[in-house]
Amino acid sequence: MSRTLAEKILLAHTEAEEIQPGDIVMIRCDLVMANDISGSVAFREMERMGVPRVFDPSKVLMVADHFMPAKDAKSAELQRILKTWSKDQGVAFYDQGRGGIEHAVMVEDGWVVPGDVVAGGDSHTCTHGALGAFATGLGSTDVAACLAFGEFWQSVPATIRVEFTGSKQPFVSGKDLILAVIAELGVGGGTNHVLEFVGDGAEALTIDERLAVSNLAVEAGSETGIFPADEVTREYLEGRTDRTWTPERSDPGAPFAREVRIDLDALGPLIAMPHSPGNVASLDDAIGIPIDQAYIGNCSNGTMTDLRQAAQLFEGRTVHERCRAIIVPATAKIYREALAEGLIDTFVEAGAVVSTPTCGACFGGGMGVLAAGEKAIATTNRNFKGRMGSPEAEVHLANSWVAAAAAVAGEIVDPQDVLDAVPA
Amino acid sequence: MTAARAIEGSAIVIDQDDVDTDVLYPGSFLNIPDPDQKKNHLFEGLDPSLRDQLVGDTVLVVGENFGMGSSREHVPQAMKAAGIQCVLGKSFARIFERNCVNLGLMIITAPEAAKAARPGAQIRVDAHAGTVDVDGVSFEARPLPPFMLDMIEAGGLVPWAQRRVAAG
Ligand code: SF4
Repeated sequence: MSRTLAEKILLAHTEAEEIQPGDIVMIRCDLVMANDISGSVAFREMERMGVPRVFDPSKVLMVADHFMPAKDAKSAELQRILKTWSKDQGVAFYDQGRGGIEHAVMVEDGWVVPGDVVAGGDSHTCTHGALGAFATGLGSTDVAACLAFGEFWQSVPATIRVEFTGSKQPFVSGKDLILAVIAELGVGGGTNHVLEFVGDGAEALTIDERLAVSNLAVEAGSETGIFPADEVTREYLEGRTDRTWTPERSDPGAPFAREVRIDLDALGPLIAMPHSPGNVASLDDAIGIPIDQAYIGNCSNGTMTDLRQAAQLFEGRTVHERCRAIIVPATAKIYREALAEGLIDTFVEAGAVVSTPTCGACFGGGMGVLAAGEKAIATTNRNFKGRMGSPEAEVHLANSWVAAAAAVAGEIVDPQDVLDAVPA
Repeated sequence: MTAARAIEGSAIVIDQDDVDTDVLYPGSFLNIPDPDQKKNHLFEGLDPSLRDQLVGDTVLVVGENFGMGSSREHVPQAMKAAGIQCVLGKSFARIFERNCVNLGLMIITAPEAAKAARPGAQIRVDAHAGTVDVDGVSFEARPLPPFMLDMIEAGGLVPWAQRRVAAG
């Protein structure tokens, strides 16, 4: 019987002998994660379930990243609970200054290998699909059950096959690939489905780029967005983990619910216009929109690849007087690497603010929220009304080149125009 | 399983598709632990005046792909605390739907009923029969998988887990 990659992974993690899309089954997790927002609620619910200890401390990790560093006493309390509980349970805990944004840290530190099932108390847990895992976001009560029993209930999803063909054009990054997919599917088009990314265009992507693609799978409503593991994955994981894994892919003739093809030869940079990741326009259609703040970073686009792209634009130039720029490296390690490479210096010299790794303004938590009437460009994943501050602010989602170029020009522009106008 | 009962309430209508959890409960209030305080921020980014309609037993009537975005359980927690008995919609985002089921909040997909319901309409949901009555007119609902219906009627995932612990 031909199966999709997601079906294979789920079948290997359930008691059921056969599964079909729509079946509800219990799925074992290889890894359970929560943060300062989802964690404390989950701990309380686990206690109410009557289970005092986690199912396996080696498979649990907690990351303080949302309201971090704490913006007020309430937020500080959430982090205190997270830390005390983690210590008491003997599970890994990434404290302030020690890790960074959860999804980036988990990948960087080798927590996830291909074929894993990852249950995370955060909707962007789908990010780990970049490594060939079935990684999915759950609410706090679900996480509580995962902590208690190492299992969650899951309706088996069908798979949408997304094929990227051809090669990426200049100033196009993973962000544009996934925005193209969301434009095609719509923000609800992937509901109860997994996205599987294949084709020569997918195989050519680095892990940083795959992370950016998988990160926004949930913006199409999908359970996860998965890249079959390959040589690129193997190279990335070398030295990060001792765990063994086998590369799997969908069987020939596997039943896909739908197929989507994106031709990279014809794809330019894209912008998600306010107030939805599905409101996708070409960069050309957004040129000239004035920008009050550029926000570069977060769990989808705070990698070294992104920081290098941004630095390419900031090098020898300054942030436009109309605009503020905030750079958020996704992890402490990325921060240090950027420091060693001189990128941080480039940013500060250009007049940008460099933040500690944090969720911060990405979800309106702090560190750069927007005022009413302001327009922002961000490399984040959600531009819902009020997501980054005032409900009367407008957020445009874009890749790091485009966001940095807008910071320098004070309006949305073609990055090439910035590079041409003021030779560095 | 607890005895099945129909759920009744008057309709509060959000006549939009793709309503996200950020507008239903903005991020800046995510550090509030108490559901009774959470309910004071429900619908904050969408239309805070909707909170004025939260009197007595209510049924929230919504459009397509309701609850997309964040996994924040604050949304159904605040809904429950505010007296919402059921969320009735054309379709739902996955994590939001799971969260409702896990908290024992009835969630039912019935596009025609959702279309027919006006603010203040009397709604009666019988999940077992798979019907939704809007001011006495009956519509069909998409059947809830028995697993999900059981969990909702057990009061959610916590009581469900307690039973599992008790059974050893
Ligand atoms: S950076 Fe933003 S999207 Fe990513 S986990 Fe944090 S809040 Fe969520």
